[in-house]
Amino acid sequence: MIEITNLHKAFGENQVLEALDLTINTGESMVIIGRSGCGKSVLLKHIIGLMRPDEGSVLVDGTDITLVSPKELDSIRMNFGMLFQGAALFDSLSVFENVGFRLMEYTDMPLKDIQKRVDECLEMVGLRGIRYMKPAELSGGMKKRVGLARAISMFPKIILFDEPTTGVDPIMGDIINDLIRTLHNKLKTTSITVTHDMKSAYKIADRIAMLYDKKIIAIGTPDEIKNSKDPVVQQFINGDAEGPITDQLGIKKGAGLRNSV
Amino acid sequence: MTLISLFRGAVAIAKHKISEFFLYIGGLTSLLAKTLLYMFAPPIRKWQILEQMQRIGVASFPIVLLISLFTGIVMALQGAYQMQKMSAEMYIASLVALSLTRELGPVLTALIVAGRCGAAITAELGTMRVTEQIEALETLSANPVQYLVVPRFFALIIMLPLLTICADFFGMVGGYLIGVGKLSITHSVYMKMTLDPLAVKDVVTGLIKSVSFAVVICTIACYEGLNSEGGAEGVGMATTSSVVRSFILIIVADCFFTALFYFIR
Repeated sequence: MIEITNLHKAFGENQVLEALDLTINTGESMVIIGRSGCGKSVLLKHIIGLMRPDEGSVLVDGTDITLVSPKELDSIRMNFGMLFQGAALFDSLSVFENVGFRLMEYTDMPLKDIQKRVDECLEMVGLRGIRYMKPAELSGGMKKRVGLARAISMFPKIILFDEPTTGVDPIMGDIINDLIRTLHNKLKTTSITVTHDMKSAYKIADRIAMLYDKKIIAIGTPDEIKNSKDPVVQQFINGDAEGPITDQLGIKKGAGLRNSV
Repeated sequence: MTLISLFRGAVAIAKHKISEFFLYIGGLTSLLAKTLLYMFAPPIRKWQILEQMQRIGVASFPIVLLISLFTGIVMALQGAYQMQKMSAEMYIASLVALSLTRELGPVLTALIVAGRCGAAITAELGTMRVTEQIEALETLSANPVQYLVVPRFFALIIMLPLLTICADFFGMVGGYLIGVGKLSITHSVYMKMTLDPLAVKDVVTGLIKSVSFAVVICTIACYEGLNSEGGAEGVGMATTSSVVRSFILIIVADCFFTALFYFIR
């Protein structure tokens, strides 16, 4: 279980997260939705210890990862897999070396077994015969899937997905959504996805949490979120240009167009 | 009133710059300390070290050869300009040999490597930073200093002294070509005037300097790269900053070691 309590994070004067609380149960697929730049990725980076909070705690299976030493954090991270927004594959390494990175670094597995496991992972994400290609030779969708294969190579207990469908076409986006759901069911992992793509959220989530104005303002099953009475949630999930979110930001419909004419 | 506000503004800027300077020095020191610590922590990534040695050392060899050869030629010609007036051409050999081993060989090689490889290291690590590859490394439980900085550090402290020895040699070859070919100094006299004044200490002090320059280049290049932000523009700025700051610190370190060796001779 992951328990985030009273999390505060600011970058200079800009307060991004404030007194944020969130609990993610073991084995569930939690999707965190919110506008671009609202701090979703920052929250995700706190969960894996890439950022330290100004205040608050992040408990992973009872251990507060904000207090552990770098060495302990590394061992906790062995239970994690993470798919980055741009896949973040290592340019200088081949697909095989990317996917098998952890196996080569931290296990004594013979090369043959590593090759077998890498092939299994690539097969799971629907890729074959690209073992020796470099990331520069892959399309955006292929990069994401290789990133996913890398994330699952060591049988993680928790997988984090940062905007998994951003930057790929709608068909590939749907394929990735299916993959995330299938892998979640098959590997019995805890999945945490941040996205602003509602189609993706409905497809992947057991529960959806909405991050707005530095904290979680709504949490529930996809149906509960769809039927939420909160106008902020309704504006976001329907993608309306007018509503409380744009009112608060002072954005008027067509304002940009009028300025540019 | 205006003067006072101008003064206050200047003080505030100076304070900011001074704190930035100390933060930068602190950052470099911390990175160097971590690098020295992880140097002795297993696993030693010999294939990565060899790859970096190839990129930094072997690939820099042609340009080091060319520049040191021409430097030797220029030094011999410039020396001849003055020494011919006193019929002391044979001392050109000693001038070339001593200047190269004690000073020009290490400094020129370090400047070439800082410009060529330091910039490449910053650009590579900077790109990795802005494309989240460094964070990906951390999520895979790999330490970026151990994985990325240590192999480059090993490669630089091994290859820069070797390149310096090559630069010393080819610079002397350049001097020899002018001395024997143009100034009619005999082969035996040129060799004697090169080797007689040259002590082991001269070569060793040059090599100590080159190891210190390797530390400077690696620490600055990696620090700038690992702390890049702001996309392609940020990487470009970090690369420029890396080269400029390496050049400055190489000259400062050279001045320090020259003074040190002068006083402890």
